[in-house]
Amino acid sequence: MDIYAELVTTPVAGWPAARARLHVVTGKGGTGKTTVAAALALALATGGKRVLLIEVEGRQGIAQLFDTQPLPYEETRIASAPGGGEVKALHVDAEEALLEYLSMFYNLGFAGRTLRRLGAIEFATTLAPGLRDVLLTGKVKETVGRTDDKGRHVYDAVILDAPPTGRIVKFLDVTRAMADLAKVGPIKGQSDGVVRLLHSQDTAVHLVTLLEEMPVRETLEAVAELDAADLRPGALIVNRVRPPRLPARSVNRAADGRVDASRVRTGLQTAGLDLDEATLEGLVAETVEHAVRVQAENSAREMLEESDLASLELPELTDGIDLAGLYELAEALLDQGVR
Amino acid sequence: MTASVEIDALLDDPGTRVVVCCGSGGVGKTTTAAALAVRAAERGRKTVVLTIDPARRLAQALGLRELGNVPRQVDVEGFEPAGELSAMMLDMRRTFDDMVLAHAGEQRAKEVLANPFYKTISTSFSGTQEYMAMEKLGQLAAEGQWDLIIVDTPPSRSALDFLDAPQRMSTALDGRMIRLLSGPGRAGGWGLRKIVGGTVSLFAKAVSTIVGGQLLADASAFVQAFDSMFGGFKARAAKTYELLRSSGTAFLVVAAPEPDALREASYFVERLNKESMPVRGLVVNRTHPVLATLPAVRALAAADELDKAGDAPLASAVLRLHADRMAVADRERRLVARFTRAHPGVAVCKVPAMPTDVHDLSGLQDIGERLADGV
Repeated sequence: MDIYAELVTTPVAGWPAARARLHVVTGKGGTGKTTVAAALALALATGGKRVLLIEVEGRQGIAQLFDTQPLPYEETRIASAPGGGEVKALHVDAEEALLEYLSMFYNLGFAGRTLRRLGAIEFATTLAPGLRDVLLTGKVKETVGRTDDKGRHVYDAVILDAPPTGRIVKFLDVTRAMADLAKVGPIKGQSDGVVRLLHSQDTAVHLVTLLEEMPVRETLEAVAELDAADLRPGALIVNRVRPPRLPARSVNRAADGRVDASRVRTGLQTAGLDLDEATLEGLVAETVEHAVRVQAENSAREMLEESDLASLELPELTDGIDLAGLYELAEALLDQGVR
Repeated sequence: MTASVEIDALLDDPGTRVVVCCGSGGVGKTTTAAALAVRAAERGRKTVVLTIDPARRLAQALGLRELGNVPRQVDVEGFEPAGELSAMMLDMRRTFDDMVLAHAGEQRAKEVLANPFYKTISTSFSGTQEYMAMEKLGQLAAEGQWDLIIVDTPPSRSALDFLDAPQRMSTALDGRMIRLLSGPGRAGGWGLRKIVGGTVSLFAKAVSTIVGGQLLADASAFVQAFDSMFGGFKARAAKTYELLRSSGTAFLVVAAPEPDALREASYFVERLNKESMPVRGLVVNRTHPVLATLPAVRALAAADELDKAGDAPLASAVLRLHADRMAVADRERRLVARFTRAHPGVAVCKVPAMPTDVHDLSGLQDIGERLADGV
């Protein structure tokens, strides 16, 4: 696994969330937060742990990632981890969660289905949009706190594939959502517990980003928002890091378009490659683009350092993400101190 | 070989009145819409672009500093298009307010706008943004001031929320549910009453315990006031729907060369086809075409050789980054080919990645160029 040592170019500040039991994974759309959440679940399950991976956005991204049937509202085993660990997955649906709550307090029986058919549940979540988030986080809290008959936690860790950075604080800020809702009743009682959990050391909010300006900006904004809402940012997870190929000293020159074509040509000839002019020009153009990208990545890294958060990096997998790729990413996380 | 989209032909055709850019979040929809609008204006069309939630710098590139909710002419130094370009950002709340004002009498409108529940619906109901984007498109089309309208769509969670939102909102705000909650006896036929009556009163109790009696009362008052406007809303939504299905509209499905984005793009195409909406093509943003014809295997073998001797680090780096690029290009080609196999009739336009983020007009012009060249 030396490849990671080669790829990870910033010093790794270690894993800041060793104490957390609930790991919330967010990121700008398109940064691969579901992939990272899944890899984190595998990493935390390694060595015989039981981990639950939860999705709340109704996208069935986890099922697609693990190439399984769409997940039901039921904890389903989706993968085993090295050393006897296992990962279960759960797709939390706000309607199901509401029916589950109601049936805890009222004997609804099969009437729940009738209500759903009438659109009553959608109506209730429409009346109070905060209700949806309260229900979803409430279910997450239940899984984090669940214990077996010996009083041990059923899950060693729960990973939440959360809404994207733009909506994450609103989603987690249950206190604010509850301001719209009734001040008494079952949901209120539940939500107090959710607030305690989310603001405790048991919870860490990890932010997935790419080394591009827009995702980095959004990540930093989200960190500030989390701080302001007294929620704990955990680690920055930089996804899809590509290896820089140029010697560091050549980057700036090359990015300015100053690639010494004749030196490249001589070098290639040494290796027995005698290329025509067009191919050489193409190679030079690719080199300039590469250098511009590396430069942009470097300044993205500098921006991320402003946050003072620990930062982990995951390599881009050229063949895309499949199950083997997820294990590879999990190993990369473990190598960087995730436990 | 799939057909290319022929962006310039699309933009130049006076029969093209509306171009809708749709796709999942983070694929560059807004940038694509803006670049198309800039190009259309430069090619002589009187164009307006409706953006939903542009990144700050993209908005600045178009000279947009704030949500105006009305189109403003793009006035940027050095930009003198043959046609005309106006741009706007959608202000969801104001669009909704305007819609209420247009459909209710003054007194009614006042009541609705002052209702606390209206605030919830007009800002946080999932689908409001989609609905308002389409409402605004309808307004712009009705004004008849532009000969080409380019629309960006919200980063919907599920495919084509903007098609479903008006219907979903009508369902949610339909007075029936409120009547059920406040007095089940008056809703539905006798049979329904008998079956669901008990359930509903139980549910009504549960709902008011959860959301609070005041909220329910506000909602009830709101829905009553709303009832009178409903017909108008529905007629309006139906008109926009027809506009979307007309031959003057072209849908461009935007994606990135990633499995998720292309999977979403597939759903979009299927759904648009089902609704008989005219799909013009797929735009694959940020591709990485290979610029030199040297096989990766040869490049890597040569790089290994150079590294062993250790005397040509630059040439070795050039070879390795070329091999990386070939691997990326190959992957992107396979992903797009998979899409094309499923949708052989859909033209594809690949837009090579810009080395850095776009944040000015000349960047948008470059992208427009790439869109036009994209095959």
